[in-house]
Amino acid sequence: MASTLGLLLSFLIFPGLLFTAAMGLATQWVDRKVSALVQWRVGPPWYQPFADILKLLGKEIVIPAGARRAGFLFAPMAGFAAVGVVSTMLWLTNLNGAGFVGDLIGVIYLLTIPSLGIILGASASSNPLASVGASREMKLVLAYELPFIIAIFTAVTKVSPMTLRLDGILEYQAANGVLLGNVSCILAFIVCILVAQAKLTYPPFDIPEADTEIMDGTHIEYSGAALAIIKLQQAMLLFTLPILFITVFWGGLVFSGWNILYTIVKYLIIIVIIVLIKNVNPRVRIDQAMRFFWGPVTLIAVVGMVLAILGF
Amino acid sequence: MSTTIPIGPFHPVLEEPEYITLQVEGETVVSADIELGRIHRGMELLAQEKTFDQDVFLVERICGICSASHSWAATLAMEDIVGITVPDRARYLRTIVHELERLHSHMLWVGLAGHIIGYWTIFMWGWKYREPVLDALEAITGNRNNYAWYCPGGVRRDVPDEVWPPVLKSMDEFAEKTSMLINVILNDPVILGRLKGVGILTKEDAIAYGVLGPTARGSGVDIDVRRDEPYGAYDEVDWDVIVQPDGDCLAVGVVRLLEMIEATKIIKQCIKKLPKGEIRNEVREIPRGEGIGRIEAPRGECFHFIRSNGTNMPERHKMRAPTFLNIPSYRPRVKGETISDATLIFAVIDPCYSCTERIAAIDPGGSKIANGRDLMKLSHQKTEWLRKNL
Repeated sequence: MASTLGLLLSFLIFPGLLFTAAMGLATQWVDRKVSALVQWRVGPPWYQPFADILKLLGKEIVIPAGARRAGFLFAPMAGFAAVGVVSTMLWLTNLNGAGFVGDLIGVIYLLTIPSLGIILGASASSNPLASVGASREMKLVLAYELPFIIAIFTAVTKVSPMTLRLDGILEYQAANGVLLGNVSCILAFIVCILVAQAKLTYPPFDIPEADTEIMDGTHIEYSGAALAIIKLQQAMLLFTLPILFITVFWGGLVFSGWNILYTIVKYLIIIVIIVLIKNVNPRVRIDQAMRFFWGPVTLIAVVGMVLAILGF
Repeated sequence: MSTTIPIGPFHPVLEEPEYITLQVEGETVVSADIELGRIHRGMELLAQEKTFDQDVFLVERICGICSASHSWAATLAMEDIVGITVPDRARYLRTIVHELERLHSHMLWVGLAGHIIGYWTIFMWGWKYREPVLDALEAITGNRNNYAWYCPGGVRRDVPDEVWPPVLKSMDEFAEKTSMLINVILNDPVILGRLKGVGILTKEDAIAYGVLGPTARGSGVDIDVRRDEPYGAYDEVDWDVIVQPDGDCLAVGVVRLLEMIEATKIIKQCIKKLPKGEIRNEVREIPRGEGIGRIEAPRGECFHFIRSNGTNMPERHKMRAPTFLNIPSYRPRVKGETISDATLIFAVIDPCYSCTERIAAIDPGGSKIANGRDLMKLSHQKTEWLRKNL
């Protein structure tokens, strides 16, 4: 009973939903501030993302007349919960070494749930622009999942003995140095950063929610608390994906002595790379995005995999 | 099976209410329909109920961006009826303000184009570069937009000489920054991938639809009122008409970018050659008769027709803005393209919109209510400050 309660608390408060949401919003402030610097603006104060969410939570939820009520409202919750679970798993593994067999597969699986939730919710809203957005999101998921899985499994291949446990990967890195020291894993890491861009629907892959084309596409009918949940889920994803990459490729989160600083620097480096890519690219078309992911990105991922098998 | 995708009446791309319906199959546009007439303001009828002097102010407010173009075209039409010439200094002053307007209008479009393809950095940078142009306009005319600069027979106010050196300097800086921006845009593979070969308007279609301005010049149609029927000081300065043959979104963008460089050249030459003397020939009354004014506005030829019956009000005042002719070219352009490009292709003609805000009166201690007189005072103070500190 006590352990169930403990698990529930860790899912709901630390390091689950509440903590992840707060950190995600703080990260979003970093994103907005760095973007502002690139664009010669001042940028918002640190509490702006929190204020935005708070404001949305107080607003009315409008459900369009033709929408399927349950699907429309449930879909964002699914993605929100899934990201919370991923974050909980990653943090518990990093802090306590509490992994289980195949948790990496679970993480990859759970990370597709937000996209699926968005697709479901958009389709349930019965808005033509939302359905265009949903079809784009679907194509985008199909495009980036393959290179993403190959890239993650490059790390799995590199670890000996091969393991699908996150704590196994961490132990290997603690003993033999970070995986990012290998050519194969650098390639896989690059692929992961590009995929993160698409998973977060940041430019150049903000195609499903292109505001100037289809008016926020998948989110067009959402308002109030439901929109807040979607925004929170995006913020949490922005926080969780770099943590996943640090765990798999870059030695994990270490909180002892000077390593705290090192961990924060690692995290910020990944965030700043993502934000810079976001700010120096226009949005591409969905066909260009698919060609990009199935062509060069998959190629890089496969080359990385082959190099990993060859021992580089 | 085709689906209907609405764009507008309210859409992040369209600052004006306009309604486009796209028939799409999958993501491919099969046909498009454009519904205009949502912001009919009755300007032509209104113009018949105002005096000629008031008319110039009225037409200035047709558009927040083309305010110099419309008022110059209207004064040209009035001068055409009277048969009066304009003093040399006024011709040059008119040209300078008109070209500055072209600069800020084109730079605004570059920013918006960046916004439409999701490139926020281009948007922010473009609009930042545009700001010195507006400052120059304020230093010269006293206003950022709606300059109240043109009047039948000349210009309304003279400009002190100390304004020109900072304007020349800011033109040099602007040309430098624009060249940098052109390099960035033309060497970015992702931007090229988004713009090249998208929304092609062939030369035949361009002529058949009668498109104007950069839209026509981007399709290889070599027309420009400034050269074909010179007005102002355009025949006394050295500049080129930019023509690109391809007709796609990239070509139109390149025309606008290079035109900005040409405009800085025109402004610099005009300032250097600016003659001394009168700024206005007095027009006492406008006799019975008809007159036209043609201007190359930033978006194409702006045309004004005025018929006077000898009273102090026009009997008929017809205005035709370039966007009116450019909009129908959207249909051949968008056919066969994807939804992703539909808004970009619409924005490539730079549909004119009419909203610019001038002042936000903010008092950190609380709210403050400012009346028209207070705002005027603030505006004058700012212009004075700007002239000293430009």
